[in-house]
Amino acid sequence: MIKIEKLHKSYPIGKDSLHVLKGIDLHIKEGEFVSIMGSSGSGKSTLLNIVGLLDIHDEGHYYLNGQLIKDMNEKKAALLRNKFLGFVFQSFNLISYKTALENVALPLYYKGMGRKERLQVALDYLEKVGLKDWANHLPNELSGGQKQRVAIARALVTKPKVVLADEPTGALDSTTTDSVMDLLKDINNEGMTVFVITHEEEVAEQTKRIVRLKDGVIISDEFTKASKAV
Amino acid sequence: MFDIDRWREIFQSINKNRLRSVMSGFTVAFAILLFTLLFGIVSGLSNTFTEAFADDAQNAMFVRVWKTTKPYKGLQTGRTIQLRNGDYNYVNDTYGNKIQYKSSRIYKNFNLKYKNEAGNYSVMAVNPDHQFLEKTIIDEGRYINERDLKNKSKVIVIGRLIKEDLFGQKPALGKRLNVNGSSYLIVGIFSDEGGDNEERKAFMPLTTAQIIYGNNDYISQIALGYDPKLNLDEAVAFGNQMERDLRNKMNIHPDDQSALSVQNMAEANKGVGQFMGILYAIVILVGSGTLVAGIIGISNIMIFVIKERTKEFGIRKALGAKPSSIVGIVVQETVLITTLAGYLGLSFGTYVLSLIGDSLEEDYFIKDPNVSTGIVIGATVVLILSGLLASYIPAKKAANIKPIVALRAD
Repeated sequence: MIKIEKLHKSYPIGKDSLHVLKGIDLHIKEGEFVSIMGSSGSGKSTLLNIVGLLDIHDEGHYYLNGQLIKDMNEKKAALLRNKFLGFVFQSFNLISYKTALENVALPLYYKGMGRKERLQVALDYLEKVGLKDWANHLPNELSGGQKQRVAIARALVTKPKVVLADEPTGALDSTTTDSVMDLLKDINNEGMTVFVITHEEEVAEQTKRIVRLKDGVIISDEFTKASKAV
Repeated sequence: MFDIDRWREIFQSINKNRLRSVMSGFTVAFAILLFTLLFGIVSGLSNTFTEAFADDAQNAMFVRVWKTTKPYKGLQTGRTIQLRNGDYNYVNDTYGNKIQYKSSRIYKNFNLKYKNEAGNYSVMAVNPDHQFLEKTIIDEGRYINERDLKNKSKVIVIGRLIKEDLFGQKPALGKRLNVNGSSYLIVGIFSDEGGDNEERKAFMPLTTAQIIYGNNDYISQIALGYDPKLNLDEAVAFGNQMERDLRNKMNIHPDDQSALSVQNMAEANKGVGQFMGILYAIVILVGSGTLVAGIIGISNIMIFVIKERTKEFGIRKALGAKPSSIVGIVVQETVLITTLAGYLGLSFGTYVLSLIGDSLEEDYFIKDPNVSTGIVIGATVVLILSGLLASYIPAKKAANIKPIVALRAD
């Protein structure tokens, strides 16, 4: 599903450049539940941004669903993101003046789905994350955990191949963290590839494969107990 | 092209940012309002000037004589100058190709009487062309014609108000009018846009007046209409040339204004034309300045708005929005606001102008101020274009920010 070979990425800082990713090789198959761990500055967010087509790599190859990603322009990237990827962010990134339902329905609008149909689909997904009754509330009327569940519903609504979650529990307390992780596990159990970035061990342990990053290189890549249990 | 979901998005965004939408709308509406009022008021001034000259034809010229004030060729000052038929014929022969209308005038004051109603009125003895020089409008019957001149007929054309004074509601056409004791046939009744005084006049054939009142070939004034094909400069030059020639012919000092002068509407028109031209130039300058200020205002607001929404655009892009859809949504919203607000300003301005109407005519010389359809359309197009521009550039910039950068914005 995601295949990365010798990926390099550096950011210019003034006249110098900061070499963030120094040759990453990573292969994630369909249906995997992977977490990327590392301290801040290890390059894990950069990796997710590149995988999520939010940023462009400098060197190496990146195949998404077998398709080589290169010479991306914003339009092509937007189409691919809409088709293959669902995003969950640490800060939720819901649009503040839209209701939960409208937020969830937005990716379907960009897919070109009619209004009636997409609101119905969005409602189904809100039900799935247990927020059907909150459909017509604005984001600032929801708790952090509820917002993240809305964001997850929004990530799932287009039936993407991969869900990318950047510190999905970073802004949540432990109880809500568990409920969000349970949700991600359920999604994975339904066969969706889930790609989580975190710096919390407890979160990483609930995934099936942990890739540890340090200073732009992978230092370990192992399957967890959770994966063996299945 | 019409995308109901796009409009839904736009109305949601406008509704969510009501204050900002109202502010940017107000900027534009106010600019257009000022623009409309300025243009309307100048057009009102222009109307007043045009009307001031509505009495006579735009191409009229008058040869006037009085007494000499300068000695010339041994002739003393104070000599009374008299125009005669010969002078009229001379002008006609010399400048025939530059003249559209021509007429002599003799001014008289007569007592007009019909049955028991009578009054003193100014009567002008004229040639048929005089109708066009004075812009006389025939309501009933006809004007003086060539046959009247040839037969020296005792016919008269009276103004609408003379008819009202003497005949009231009764018909006057074909009746006989007592003019200083002689009986004249009323062949026509006229009106004139030059005002009441112009409608308390009467016209009779030139030849009739010359034979009955003096038995000479004296005329009071020569009235001409220069060929409309001449431009203003050529017409002014023609008037000056004729003035020199006539003074020379009649042994008048070349600079003696009082003895003989040619009053030329071309000069007045030129003056008014220049004056209005300058006024319009100032208004266009100030008006465009106002519009530009409005456009800059809305550009500022748009830059701020787009900055504010950068993160939202980042989210939308992460969810699959193409850059074109981001640009489209912003541009459409701005154009909607500018167009609506522009029309509001325009309608309000037009409404205010219509309220003013003729009420400022007496004191401020502003008559029936209005804006022409061309200006309205022009201003609207400028508005839509500026709305497009004011939003397109920053929106394009925002849409091209990488989503990762946009998402980081706060």
